[in-house]
Parts: sequence; C-alpha cells; structure tokens
Amino acid sequence: MTDAAIPANVLGTLAAKFRTCPATGLKVDLAAERLIKANAVAAVVFLMIGGIFGLLVALTRWPAVHLLSSDMFYLVLTAHGLDVLLLWIIFFEIAILYFASAIILSSRIAAPRWGWVAFALMIIGGVMTNIAVLQGDSSVMFTSYPPLKAQPHFYLGLILFAVGALIGCFIFLGTLVIAKEERTYEGSIPLVTFGALTACIIAVFTIASGAIILIPTFLWSVGYISHIDTLTYKLVWWGMGHSSQQINVSAHVAIWYLIGAVTVGAKPLSEKVSRGAFLLYIFFLQLASAHHLLVEPGLSSEWKIVNTSYMMYLAVLGSMVHGMTVPGSIEAAQRKNGYTHGVFEWLRKAPWGNPAFAGMFLSLVMFGFLGGISGVILGTEQLNIMMHNTIYVPGHFHATVVTGTTLAFMAVTYLVVPLIFQRQIIWPKLARLQPYLFGLGAAGISVFMMGAGTLGVARRHWDITFPASDVMLPHGYPPMASLMMGLNGLSAILAATGGALYIAITVGSILFGKKVDASNAAASLGPMPKKIVRDAVTKYGDAGTWHLPGTYVLVALFFTTFVLYYFVNWKYLSELWPMQ
Amino acid sequence: MAIFPPQTRIWWNEPVAKAELVWIAVAFLWGLFMFFMMIYWHIYGKQNLSPVVGRIDPAVFEQRTSEFAEKFKVREEGNLGIPVAKPTAGGDAYMLARTFEWWPVLELEKGKSYKLHLSALDVQHGFSLQPINMNIQVHPGLEHIITLTPTEVGTFGVICNEYCGLGHHVMTGRIYVVEPGQGR
Amino acid sequence: MADEPRTESALPLERIPFMQRLLDNPFMLLFIGVVVPTVVYILWGVMEITQIPLAK
Repeated sequence: MTDAAIPANVLGTLAAKFRTCPATGLKVDLAAERLIKANAVAAVVFLMIGGIFGLLVALTRWPAVHLLSSDMFYLVLTAHGLDVLLLWIIFFEIAILYFASAIILSSRIAAPRWGWVAFALMIIGGVMTNIAVLQGDSSVMFTSYPPLKAQPHFYLGLILFAVGALIGCFIFLGTLVIAKEERTYEGSIPLVTFGALTACIIAVFTIASGAIILIPTFLWSVGYISHIDTLTYKLVWWGMGHSSQQINVSAHVAIWYLIGAVTVGAKPLSEKVSRGAFLLYIFFLQLASAHHLLVEPGLSSEWKIVNTSYMMYLAVLGSMVHGMTVPGSIEAAQRKNGYTHGVFEWLRKAPWGNPAFAGMFLSLVMFGFLGGISGVILGTEQLNIMMHNTIYVPGHFHATVVTGTTLAFMAVTYLVVPLIFQRQIIWPKLARLQPYLFGLGAAGISVFMMGAGTLGVARRHWDITFPASDVMLPHGYPPMASLMMGLNGLSAILAATGGALYIAITVGSILFGKKVDASNAAASLGPMPKKIVRDAVTKYGDAGTWHLPGTYVLVALFFTTFVLYYFVNWKYLSELWPMQ
Repeated sequence: MAIFPPQTRIWWNEPVAKAELVWIAVAFLWGLFMFFMMIYWHIYGKQNLSPVVGRIDPAVFEQRTSEFAEKFKVREEGNLGIPVAKPTAGGDAYMLARTFEWWPVLELEKGKSYKLHLSALDVQHGFSLQPINMNIQVHPGLEHIITLTPTEVGTFGVICNEYCGLGHHVMTGRIYVVEPGQGR
Repeated sequence: MADEPRTESALPLERIPFMQRLLDNPFMLLFIGVVVPTVVYILWGVMEITQIPLAK
C-alpha cells in the first residue's frame, strides 16, 4: 500500500454507507446494494421478455399449433436467444459479482459511479439491439453469422452491452483489491467469491472476444469494411457465444455452494479440491468454444481435439469434482445436522420445501445428468457429426442454461429478495412449488429437443414437415419427431408457467413483501432443516469425518449413465455412411 | 461455510479424503480415455470429417458444379427442371448450396465411394443428410471435399440446418442411392 | 494468526504454498485465464484459417 493510497482509502471508507444485515451479520454497502438491485431487476425484466419469446418459439415448433408466421418466427427466435442467453444471464451475473465481492466480503464496492455507467451502457445496448431485432431487418439469429447482415445498431447495441459488462467485471476485481487492502476479511477469499472470480475471469475473455469480432462486423454493416471472413468470425464469435455460457457454469456452481451454505450449513469438504476445480475452469473451460466448430471445414483435427476436449477434459474433471463436492458437502452438513439414518435420510429430510434449496438441488442434478453428459457427447469431435445444428444442440443448452443456470439463479433469488431487497417472499406456498414446476418444464424441453435432434430435426427451423406445396424436394421426418416437438411445446408451457410464477413472486415480493427486520430475518429465508445436532463439519479437509455413502451412490449413478450414453453414441456413429 | 474465508491459514496442505481422491482419479482417467477415443477413431474409425479444404471463388464453384451437372445428367427431377446427376463411381460429385436450394440432385451407387465437393455461393448453410443424420457446415468461399460411401439404397433428403434467411425452411435437396449398375 | 500482518516479516508463520498463493492472486489468474484460450483457441485457430490453401 503506498502512502498516497491511504487517504483515498480512508476517504472511500468514510464515504461508503453501510447497514448490518440482520440475518447474517454481514456489513452491507448501500451503494453496492443499490447496484445489485438495479442489475437484478433488469435481469428479471429481460427474462420475462425473453421467456415470452421462448414460449412463442416452442409453440411455433409444435407442428399441431405452428403459431407464428415464418418471418415472425425467425424474428422472435433471434430476440429469444439475445434476451435470455445474453441479457438475463449477464445482468444477473453482474449482480452476483457485486454480491460476491462487496456483500460477502463486507467491503465497500469499488467505483460505484462506474457501476452505474456500466449499468446504463448495458441497458442502452440491450434495448438498442432489441429494437433492431423487433424492427424486423435483423432476423439473423443470436449468432449473426456473416454474410447475413443485421442493421448496424444490432451490433452497436451488443458492443455497448459488452463494454458495460466489462466495466462491471473490473468493478468486481477492484472490490477484491479494496477488500484486501482494507482487511475486511482474513486469509483467502471465501469459496463463493472464488467461484465468482472464476466467472469474472471467463467473462473478461468472453467480452473481449465479443468486442474483437463485433466491432469489425459493425464497421462492415455500415460499409467501412468490405468483407468479414465467415470462418474467422465464427471462431472468435464463439469465444463469446460459448464462453458466456461458461460464465454461467462458474456462477451457478458458486451459487450451489452459496445456497448449500445458507440453507443446510454446508461447508466445502476441501477448499483445495473445490478451488482446484475452479482453477481448471479458469485454465481450460473456455476452450470448449470449439464445440461449435467441429464439422467446420478449414480447422484441423488437432485443433479441434485439443480445444473441444478442454485440454484432455480437464475442465470436465473440474465439473465432475464439483458434482461430488457440492452434494457431498450437503450430505456432510445434513449428517452433522443429525440425519444419519441409512444412505439417503440426509437427502429425504433436506429442506425440499425451501425453494432456494429445492431449486439448487434440481439445478445440480439436471445440469449434471442432462446438460453435462449431453455436452460432452456433443463436444466429441466425431459424434458431433450426428448432432451439429440439429435441435439436439438447443436441447443440450437448455439443460445447461435453463435447468442449470436459470434454475440456480431463480433459487438464489429466494435468498436475495429477503437479504438484499429486505422483503419477505409473498405467496410462500406458490414459491415452494415454483422450482419444481419450472424445473420439470425445462427438463422436458431439454429431453424432448434432444430426442427430436437424434431423429434429425434441425434447429432454427420454422417448419419440419416440408410439404410438397412449399418445398421442391419434400422430405419427412419420422412421426416420432413431431411427437417429440409436441411434447417440447407442452413442456415449454409448463416451464413458462413456472417462469411467470417466478416473475410474479419476485416482483410482487419486491413491491409488496413484508419488510425484513431483525425480528423475522432468519424466518424470511424459508424453511430450514431442523438441527438435531448442532454444527456441521468442524474442520476443512477433515479426512477422518468422511463418510458420505449417499453421495457415492449419486456419483456412481452419474458415472454409469455417462459411460453408457457415451458408448451408445459411438455405436450409432459407426452405423453412419463411411466418410473420410 | 463457503461464504466465509477458509478457517485455516494454509488450507492447501489439508489432507484430501480418500474417497474424493478416488473420484478425482476416476474422472481424470475417464477424461483421458475420452480424449484418446477421438484420436483412436481418426485411425480406426470410418466416420471422420475430411480435412481436404480449399479457398475458392463462389463463381468458380458454381461454374464447376454446372459443368458437372451437365456432364452427368441422367434425367430431370419430376417436372421441376432440377437435373439429377449420376457421377461415375469413385469419381467427383458436386453439390452447391444457395438460398434456398441444394443443387443438383445426385444419384449414387451403393457401396461406391465418391468425392463430394460441397460449397456455398452466398451465406453459410448446413448440409444435413436425412434420415442418416450426418451434418456438415458449408461456408461460402470454402470448398470441402468429402469422400462418402453410401451403404443403403433409398431416397435421402438434404436439409439446410444452418439458418440462411427467411426461406431457410424450404431449402431441401436430395440424394438417391441405387444398387450398382442400376438406375431408377 | 488473526491479526498478524501477512508480510514476509511475520517470522514464525509457515510459508504459504505456491498453489495457494496462485489461487489467492486474482490478477495472475486473470492473466492465465485470458492467455490460455487466446493462444490455444483463438491464435491457433486463426493461424489455421489463414493457412487454408487455394482450391485446385
């Protein structure tokens, strides 16, 4: 610390205003709190808009309903991808970054004014791109592959949004620096903050990739550049498009740990192992952007194999480690809470009535079983030939981004509303139901789209019947494909109901919820497990206390499913026409 | 708890439980296996994407495809005026993608290998052979040469599965596969 | 250890292992997390794209 820095620090500390959280005892910087509120509200608004678009997409792809006209369908699909895959997720992540730095570390937030600049840029950018899409001349899909050309403000909006989000990332890093200098914590940052740091690092690469490719594309759209190489665009664009979903993975894993800690008192089984797993994410997770380029001409198999496998599956190793340590820490905590009977009493008697816990655990299981396994299959160079651009791909990423990330974000909202907005959740009974409703619907969307994809149904297709009246060379998918797309539509209705409920509960609670104060703070976080014995695992890395049979069973089940599904797909591949 | 700093100053040296180490080892080895599986398939598997790619002017590709269709045309598809080209077994076959068609229709013989030249004239398209479900990305300006061996007789649809514009869903093509020495 | 300043002058404290110091250094991690994908994914990929030969 330099001498010159001290007065500034002191001034900053004096200028920041804090309150003390009645539930956790943490010091809450009011400037950070306002920024978290703004970003979270913006996120929910874009989730609502994007969710409605998503429902319209699913209802159009349901052959019996076929709701929208083709032009409207492609417009709405572009807007759906943009609003949920980018705006909802990243606004919420910025809120998480501020929460995991300023709030969890009881620090003042760095440069709150810049936080508002970032927020304004993100809002202006998001709205601008939405307007471009809704005007109808920019139905180029979220990926906007040249030479398809959108209106210039489509790209400009995305660039402004990216710059805003990048500022948010640096505010997070700045807050880490301030917290360390002002000693608001001792030793290493908490695991949740470390997970958020992982998300932030991936976000920096993501946003930089987006800016690097979208700026020339913007210039191309206004005529300053004559040509954008299609393959280079795609390569760099996916540095953003796929890595942005890796921010999600890091963020929602951090949230799993957070909710486990708050609801059942879970402690990391081993700081070293959990942080090591996040470190593997930092190193290798972003390489998986290559998943979208596996059947591309012009890139070598060496490049494809190294990148698609996240450098020998080391990032998958990270996920598989979290897949054990998250349920493992919950089991350990529940066993210490007194639920020691049999293999699964800890799980049966977990607080399933608490929407934060229920949402988190559903997110964990479905992300692993549906999203994780399908992701590795899709990302296997040769297997991708059977799946590239089929609706299997959206099936996979709805499992990761919807049942995984979105459900985890919804779950944490049930803690954020009482802790940050200081309001109790209205309609607790409906809130209890919400994660199940949404989770079931989202799981249905994922599974049925993956099913249709294995039957060859293409993604981003208005009509899959190819009637002779419209198409010169008609083709028919197996009837089962239409059934799958119908079930997908029904699941989407279920998920949309769950999503609408989430928005109604969240907005209703923020506006009309009972104020949270010291008297009702603990109860506001929802039902918690009754502790039969006090205190969870007492020490980190206490190898002696390790006996987690339930987690071993879950992990073994996961691994068996993974291996079987992996080999089934190689068998299918071997039946394809030989191709060299 | 995960929301508080680690309790011990040096947590890196904490012992890790055996069960956790076992799982890490299993997951690591499985990852290695999956990695080498891709390499194995390149050596012993029969379904690998061809690395033969070259930059080409779309106009040149269009010219070559027209010449190919002219030379090997055996009939026209129905009364649509789309040529059906039957290349010599083992020889070159061309198919181009443009908004919104795959052109021309091909007729191939079962069990024979063909060098299929794929490219796009305008925007990106997705070559999706159905119901086989083989999917390959097609770029304008890149000629991709794939050695393909049909193994079953029948009528196969080629769907575009990369969004290419508002008529994306009407973009179809066709490949017929017949017994060697026979026509349709 | 609670109020011990974490400097090299704190004699009795055991030296923090390298990996823990790495994990406690956000900017080093940021550097690695940006450089690895930039080199392995983007630069290597762009190099291959620029080396695509002309079609015969």
